[in-house]
Amino acid sequence: MERSNYILRKIVFSVGTLIAVLVFNFFLFRILPGDPVKLIIHSPRMTREAQERIRANFGLDKSVWFDVERLREGDVLGAFDSQFTTYMRNLLRGDLGISFATRKDVTELLAERVWRTVVLVLGGNVIAIVLGMAIGLIAAWRRGTRLDAAILLWGLFSWALPTFFLGIILLILARGHLPVGGMATPGLRPEDGLTYWLDVGKHLILPTLTMAIVYTSEYILIMRSSVMEVLTEDYILTAKAKGLSTLRVLRDHALKNAMLPMVTMIALTFGYTVGGAIQVETVFSWPGIGRLMYEAVQKRDYPVLQGSFLLLAVSVIAANLLADLLYTVLDPRVKAE
Amino acid sequence: MESLKKFLRNPMGVLGALMLLVVVCAAIFAPWLAPYDPKQRVEVTPEDILAPPDAQHLLGRDDAGKDVLSLLIYGARVSLLVGFTASFMSMFIGTTVGLVAGYYGGRIGNALMRLVDFLLVVPDLPLMLVIIAVWGRGLWKIVMVISLLGWTYTARLVRSQVLSIKERQFVLRARSIGAGSLRIIVRHVFPQVLPLIIAQAVLDISVSILYESSLAFLGLGDPTLVSWGMMLNFAFERAVSRQAWWFLLPPGLAIVWVSLALILIGNTLDEIVNPRLRTHHLFDARRMVALVAEGEAAAE
Amino acid sequence: MAILDVRNLSVDYLTDDPLAGSGRGSIALHAVENVGFRLEQGRSLGLVGESGCGKTTVMMALLRLLPQEGRIVHGQVLFDGQDLLQYSEAEMRQVRWRGISMVFQGAMNALNPVRTIESQMVEALRLHSIIEQPRAARQRAGELLQLVGIPPRRGRQYPHQYSGGMRQRAVIAMALACNPRILIADEPTTALDVMIQAQILELLEQLQAELYLSLVMVTHDLGMVAEICDDVLVMYAGMVAEYASSDAIFNNPQHPYTQRLLEAFPDVEKPGSTLASIPGSPPRLDDLPPGCRFEPRCQCQWREAICAQKVPPLVEIEPGHCVACHWARRI
Repeated sequence: MERSNYILRKIVFSVGTLIAVLVFNFFLFRILPGDPVKLIIHSPRMTREAQERIRANFGLDKSVWFDVERLREGDVLGAFDSQFTTYMRNLLRGDLGISFATRKDVTELLAERVWRTVVLVLGGNVIAIVLGMAIGLIAAWRRGTRLDAAILLWGLFSWALPTFFLGIILLILARGHLPVGGMATPGLRPEDGLTYWLDVGKHLILPTLTMAIVYTSEYILIMRSSVMEVLTEDYILTAKAKGLSTLRVLRDHALKNAMLPMVTMIALTFGYTVGGAIQVETVFSWPGIGRLMYEAVQKRDYPVLQGSFLLLAVSVIAANLLADLLYTVLDPRVKAE
Repeated sequence: MESLKKFLRNPMGVLGALMLLVVVCAAIFAPWLAPYDPKQRVEVTPEDILAPPDAQHLLGRDDAGKDVLSLLIYGARVSLLVGFTASFMSMFIGTTVGLVAGYYGGRIGNALMRLVDFLLVVPDLPLMLVIIAVWGRGLWKIVMVISLLGWTYTARLVRSQVLSIKERQFVLRARSIGAGSLRIIVRHVFPQVLPLIIAQAVLDISVSILYESSLAFLGLGDPTLVSWGMMLNFAFERAVSRQAWWFLLPPGLAIVWVSLALILIGNTLDEIVNPRLRTHHLFDARRMVALVAEGEAAAE
Repeated sequence: MAILDVRNLSVDYLTDDPLAGSGRGSIALHAVENVGFRLEQGRSLGLVGESGCGKTTVMMALLRLLPQEGRIVHGQVLFDGQDLLQYSEAEMRQVRWRGISMVFQGAMNALNPVRTIESQMVEALRLHSIIEQPRAARQRAGELLQLVGIPPRRGRQYPHQYSGGMRQRAVIAMALACNPRILIADEPTTALDVMIQAQILELLEQLQAELYLSLVMVTHDLGMVAEICDDVLVMYAGMVAEYASSDAIFNNPQHPYTQRLLEAFPDVEKPGSTLASIPGSPPRLDDLPPGCRFEPRCQCQWREAICAQKVPPLVEIEPGHCVACHWARRI
């Protein structure tokens, strides 16, 4: 099909998904039984000021979706002045509300922590993708041998291993050798320059390692099955008939074809890696978005939960869109007929 | 049955089945196997908290003084319960959606597939986390949330199978003699799809168990039950600094055990149901020329 | 001297897990037994028989491209005097494409979908050092495409942008890139419409004449054989039934199977139709009769007990005409 057509469809889908997520996000926190916002509002621990701010921010004095009363009165524009529109308006302004627990701006909280999760997720994924593809390729090529069986078993075993549990094991093993919690040794600050950043780096090792181990096996399994599929194709036989050595066949014919489905799969897996980051950050007390969500769950800090979820969902949607666009560049079949 | 024999010939499958059997037995025979009843209140002294293993408590005691081994055995019940019910629900929803989307196609089919794509893109754990955090904790809530996200794989699988079966001879014949759609689906399409669904369902069980343990670890498990994930939650909060490995490791290993068992079974089933018949072209060809002496070749 | 001399070639397929090795519960199916033929430079051979008779297996064995379960258990493949079966894998790689090249069945899928046609041809040219310089190689690729009737500038396109017939021609062009002595074409026109079929045949004839190419055509289409092939090898259930020049086969078929094939000739041109006029079907490889393999279906009036008991040897009844039938030589 037309490439531009394809791209357009993908963009429309992503935007649609985004809107659905936004609506869902709103819906979740206002409509479900227990209406957490109302409960918190009346918590005695809130100062009057904070209560007012939250009330105004969420527009709790307004109707949820649509104000029928005001419509009857003839105030059409006013009818749309509901909690939902307030929510959408705030969103467009970048206002995600205020944390119940810390009373800080949610957007501020997220902005502060986002790079920490990005580093973790990207670092872990890059290692996992590179290693996963290499090992998966070897496993598929050496299909049926003991090496392949070993790799497959490792892959299945890793799949069965919960991310957080692997983190716990590494934590126990590395205790005393590597820092196991937090982002930096207490006392060091960014102003300390290189010492600080090296320290951060050391703290990053275990969490990134955990991510890398878990997701490498995921990518190994995906690449392995992708390559095995490709190696049954006729053009591989042709390449062999041409007199190409096995290595050259793998490199010049199999690899590119196997990578195409990988791109899509990597995008899908990205969503899982975000979930993995939540677990890893919790285990290693790495102060990113994941850890923030964990703490927000414990403290019932709904605005933070809502905001974090939104951020994560949007990132994953964006990543998927990017992967789709990348795919159109890589696969020559997605072009004008 | 043919398939059963094939399954039994696969060492990975048999291993998985045996491993699963251990867990199932633990769950069913828990009251007889577990040395103590975890629900019983115990009188504890400070030494009992996180006590290391001894003759009376083979895996030591947890942060409340309870016997870890008993908790572990009873935990099997929660995991299997969540796993099987969530998987069953996913299978049910997924099959229905897949059958409808595949057989009827058109706008309904497309809309359903868009829904599937949507659910696949949204990150799983954050979504579940947020729903449970707002909705409240509870076993059935967890089961429902897991199946909310889990049915998509089955749906896709079923739909693609239905699409390929739809045009086959026996379906066209059934329609030509006036068989109604529902009848065709139930009597002709469904039996063909069932083996694949079952293979997928087994894998779904392990996924569900993993999700439950992650949610429980993050503090969203059912507070009235003790699942392995919850044990790890408590262990992590309180036992890490004390290096109480007897409390930290067994629940995690149990999760790995049951997941691995299910994956081995599921993988084997998948190989039986989805045999990869085509050979792959890059193999070591040194054995291809296997010339035997003149007499031998003719004698065969 | 013949450019290709195949003697007593036998190929088995191992069933069950090929990696377990034979002798551990796997059975060897005798897919091809005692097949032999000669090919002179510049001549063409048609290899004819029903699906599953082993013709493709014979060809794949020549280049050692059998699937993993395949075992060449007997014979000699003399290419320009050298026995290819004695070659190492590395030596075979030199022969492939350069000495003998092949156009596979279903050539539409023989091209890598994510690479341009040109790049795949250049790969062949550079691999066998025909032309090393990329620019010159691309030039040559263009010439080759032109040879098969494809405008050279379309070399930059991808396989999915070509029609089925064009892809077939492109594959032929690619097979000729290294100026092989022999071109093996396995069912080159199946699944193509009649007009394209004619074009391809014409092309092959032309190339053969221009390049002094030796051609082996594997097919179940006797019409094609009649048009281009000088000699014909008729196979049945893995063995040679009859081997003679094209004239001899069409005018004086000796083997009952060949005779039935020719009788069914007008029907054979319809795509997809099996040889419905010969009742029965070829024997299963795991259930081969002890005698002549065609015997169960043979309706020859001179059929006797010996046919079912003993495998008929391949005998030269006239110079250049061999038949494997107990009665043929008695006529």
